[in-house]
Amino acid sequence: MTTTVGSGAALSIRGLVKEYVRGKRVLDGLSLDVPASGLTAIIGPSGTGKSTLLRCINRLVEPTAGEIVFGGRDITPLRGKALREARREIGMVFQEYNLVERLTVMENLLSGRLGYTPAWAAWRRKFPQDDIERAFSLLDQVGLASFANQRADALSGGQRQRVGIARAVMQNPRLLLADEPTSSLDPKTSVEIMALMRDLGREHSIPVMVNMHDVELARRFAERIVGMSGGQIVFDGPPEAMTDEVLKNIYGGASWLS
Amino acid sequence: MSVSSTPIRRWTPPGNWTGRVVWLLLAAYVVYAIGQLDFNASRFITGIDNGARFIGRMIPPRIVQPDALAKGLIESLEIALLASFAGIVLALPIGLAAARNLMPAWVSWPARALIAAARSFHPVIVAIVFVKAVGFGALAGICALVVASIGFIGKLFAEAIEEISLKQVEAIRATGASFMNVICYGVLPQVFGRFIGFATYQLDSNLRNSTMVGIVGAGGIGGTLFSAFQRFDYDFVAAILLSIIAMIMLGEVLATWVRGVFLGRERVEAE
Repeated sequence: MTTTVGSGAALSIRGLVKEYVRGKRVLDGLSLDVPASGLTAIIGPSGTGKSTLLRCINRLVEPTAGEIVFGGRDITPLRGKALREARREIGMVFQEYNLVERLTVMENLLSGRLGYTPAWAAWRRKFPQDDIERAFSLLDQVGLASFANQRADALSGGQRQRVGIARAVMQNPRLLLADEPTSSLDPKTSVEIMALMRDLGREHSIPVMVNMHDVELARRFAERIVGMSGGQIVFDGPPEAMTDEVLKNIYGGASWLS
Repeated sequence: MSVSSTPIRRWTPPGNWTGRVVWLLLAAYVVYAIGQLDFNASRFITGIDNGARFIGRMIPPRIVQPDALAKGLIESLEIALLASFAGIVLALPIGLAAARNLMPAWVSWPARALIAAARSFHPVIVAIVFVKAVGFGALAGICALVVASIGFIGKLFAEAIEEISLKQVEAIRATGASFMNVICYGVLPQVFGRFIGFATYQLDSNLRNSTMVGIVGAGGIGGTLFSAFQRFDYDFVAAILLSIIAMIMLGEVLATWVRGVFLGRERVEAE
């Protein structure tokens, strides 16, 4: 495997196991290092544990065994406040955007700061001026400056995902996870969303980990591709190294490749 | 293979025998209950005659005691507003605690039991208990309607929370938000519209119930109405009934206005 072990890694996963049902391993002792910059795409058939892998990293799903070293410590045993503090350094973008539909675009962006905002201030929507300025400049960057006071449910799919990305970047995270961010979008919008994530990742020097189904899109935007099958990593390398032979190994069969 | 050699495959919709039996039992019980309750046409016709005479004595309505009428109406209004306010404020945390998708079982079960207890009795029965406890007057009525409001709003609020999209909650949790912030940003925006609906409906319902608790001495216009009945002042009874109708209609207008203020265009999509 071409991984950078040690201080260069933003995230280091060791022997990660997840069983939703006892004895049935969705993740089967998976190990992976994510470097401190660049876009890593994770591809693989449906049901092979890609979403579970991402959700184990920010502990939306509890790992069964293994270590996840992030920010210099194993975050798997963290609970309560310590867990929330680890979580706020990891941004997440979702397939179905998961915006709070009845809140405005601005409120959705500011919700990225909730890990840093006391409840009483958050309730009154009293966010620090720095956060508000950051939100406005991110809205400019994602091209939604005039939408600040629109409700999220008034936006199109592509616009919602831009808000979803901006919300994650609002956290000022040290890692950005994206769970099939383009699977609900048309091809043109998908390319724009991937470009936006790559560019924002570079500009704010955030490493990006993206689950995806679209192999071509992965080739085009990722610096590194990780292929998963059966809860394990079966390929890890640059896009050029991903041949038809490799794809056959990841997805099985060959007829679909012709 | 030729078409003619394919056997015809018949399909009949599956019959629901249990359902048919239930309908049959229900019909049999209705017939039995009518017999038991001495429910027959001649009594009904005599009743119509009595009713006509009663209504005749109500016309024209006459305000015999304007002071008692005004005092009763104002007291009813106060009971309804205070009970709604206190009831809604108390029902919010109880309803939240009762939502099984957000709370562990050891929190949600006691909360659900409390809500079920508050819903078990009609407000008039609860009012009788409170009249015994705190004495005659509006306080007993307020307490009774607070209990009713907790039961109603608590249950509906918990159900609304159980139906929210957990994806939105997941996204807020992923930002590292605290529990209170998850509630405030991930949960409340999703149920706010329905909550305003419940609250205004409860205000409406409390207004109606506040006219009734007076019959058992728990304050409001009900007491005035009851004593007018007992004095056979049917024209005053009519006047009281008409003013109650006016008050309820006013309440309806108020509730619609409140919904408009909080929900705006959302009202249309929510209903």
